[in-house]
Amino acid sequence: MGKRSVIPFGPQHPVLPEPIHLDLVIEDERVIEAIPSVGFVHRGLESLVDKRDFNQMTYVAERTCGICSFQHGMGYCEAVEHIFDVDIPIRAKFLRTIWAELGRMHSHLLWLGLLADAFGYENLFYQAWRIREKVLDMIEMTTGARLIFSVNKVGGVIKDITADQLRIIDGTVTEVEAELRDLEQVFLEDSTVKSRLVGIGILTKEQAHDLGCCGPVARASGISCDMRRLGYAAYSMLDLEPVVATEGDCFARCKCRLYEVYQSVDLIRQAITKMPKEQELAVPVKGNPNGEYFMRLEQPRGEAYYYVKGSGKPFIDRLRIRTPTFANLPGLCEMLKNTELSDVGLLVVTIDPCISCTER
Amino acid sequence: MGILKYAPQALKNLFLPPVTTSYPAVPFEYPEGSRGHIEIDIDDCIGCGMCVRCCPCGTLSVDRIKGTWSIDRFDCIACGFCVEKCPKKCLHMAKGYQTPGGEKGSVTYTKSPEVLAAEEQKRQEAAAKAAAAKKAREEAAKKKAAEEAAAQAAGGAGAAAQAAGGAGAAAAGAPDAGKAAPAGGV
Ligand code: SF4
Ligand code: SF4
Repeated sequence: MGKRSVIPFGPQHPVLPEPIHLDLVIEDERVIEAIPSVGFVHRGLESLVDKRDFNQMTYVAERTCGICSFQHGMGYCEAVEHIFDVDIPIRAKFLRTIWAELGRMHSHLLWLGLLADAFGYENLFYQAWRIREKVLDMIEMTTGARLIFSVNKVGGVIKDITADQLRIIDGTVTEVEAELRDLEQVFLEDSTVKSRLVGIGILTKEQAHDLGCCGPVARASGISCDMRRLGYAAYSMLDLEPVVATEGDCFARCKCRLYEVYQSVDLIRQAITKMPKEQELAVPVKGNPNGEYFMRLEQPRGEAYYYVKGSGKPFIDRLRIRTPTFANLPGLCEMLKNTELSDVGLLVVTIDPCISCTER
Repeated sequence: MGILKYAPQALKNLFLPPVTTSYPAVPFEYPEGSRGHIEIDIDDCIGCGMCVRCCPCGTLSVDRIKGTWSIDRFDCIACGFCVEKCPKKCLHMAKGYQTPGGEKGSVTYTKSPEVLAAEEQKRQEAAAKAAAAKKAREEAAKKKAAEEAAAQAAGGAGAAAQAAGGAGAAAAGAPDAGKAAPAGGV
């Protein structure tokens, strides 16, 4: 038995885009235990409900996270719409679905790049982000912004996607798919990549279930859970089968996210064909929210909860967000046990941590 | 060979043009509808304050009398909520982002002198009209009081003297009411 010592990891670390701190208990080069601590970027967004009315909160909710911003806004709006008990126009539902899937594509491509960067494959990182840029261009073309879309409102959406733009989206997602198929060869078959990913940080199905993991982390361990099947937005009208892998290692998580990009491409195509033509984009909502609702939705990183409670005043009483990274942190600590110190950075990246939304 | 998987991409990269552009030598083309910054057609603004109340960042302020609209561009998150809410549709999102700067501060837009003058004139006209209407009302009331007094005079001399005093008080109140009228019209 070697000598035990504790090494602090983060909050500033080259592999981390955001600050999280882990205390790693190591024995020689082997991690015995990891103790996380968060709280470096708490902004108190939830408490802003006292100062911003329920319409303005849409923009606050969107700013919970820079990458899944659209889905945060959508989760909040859907929760409030349920409290009002309004049914938004079908076209608005489809538009939300298209934007949500474009968001998922750019998030997963971003992650693939970060993963490549974490195992030191700089070229692959550039290529993934080059492809991602096309998705961002589509988002900018349709919403006017690259990351914070600001197109949701309580009752529907603000902007429409024109027929021309839909054609461009259709063409571009096909291009993205073709280019990613080339890169897939590298991600899934290159021996240097495999040597860093296969068999590292295994999380079994039981562990993933017991620790309450969600999203791609759970799916890579063989749990077939996908909140999109709950049928919010227009997902109830689309065919969707969760992407599941069984190995539970880093390679499986990479594979899941990669295939989910194709799934998103497929969902966008389905949405474009099934979308009703001309229609209203939003229904007016009158009065103030009175009641509570618990909204669950599938973000790129996993399942997020939105709890909204209002009591007939313009300012809602409570907004509570549970983000997917928070649910995946116990899984991360389990994965880190018995791994090499040099793999810690990579393992942290494979849960796709989004610390800013965890701390809000 | 697992190790050569990247080779086709690497070969392609040798012959493809660069993916990035040499900004700022090559200017960037913003797409239509890009949410860069807020612009205002200040002459159309009616100073209703709707934008001020809906802004999630509290960055706007308007002054209806002076005809000004101010924004601190560093506080604006370009969410576009004010654009959606403005009843006169005089706000819109324009291309081009706020450039970095050394200090924060509001930019104020003022209506052109002609529009301001026209509005001032309109306000004065409205005030004059209101004052005239008020005067007419008061005169009518005075006349009525006088008539009543005359009718009562037939009944008794003491009552007539009282009524005349009341009419005098009403006449003294009239100039004050005239002064208050423009403020009410604003
Ligand atoms: S909402 Fe429009 S009209 Fe009203 S004050 Fe603002 S800019 Fe002027
Ligand atoms: S765009 Fe949004 S933040 Fe900016 S002034 Fe308008 S409402 Fe306020």
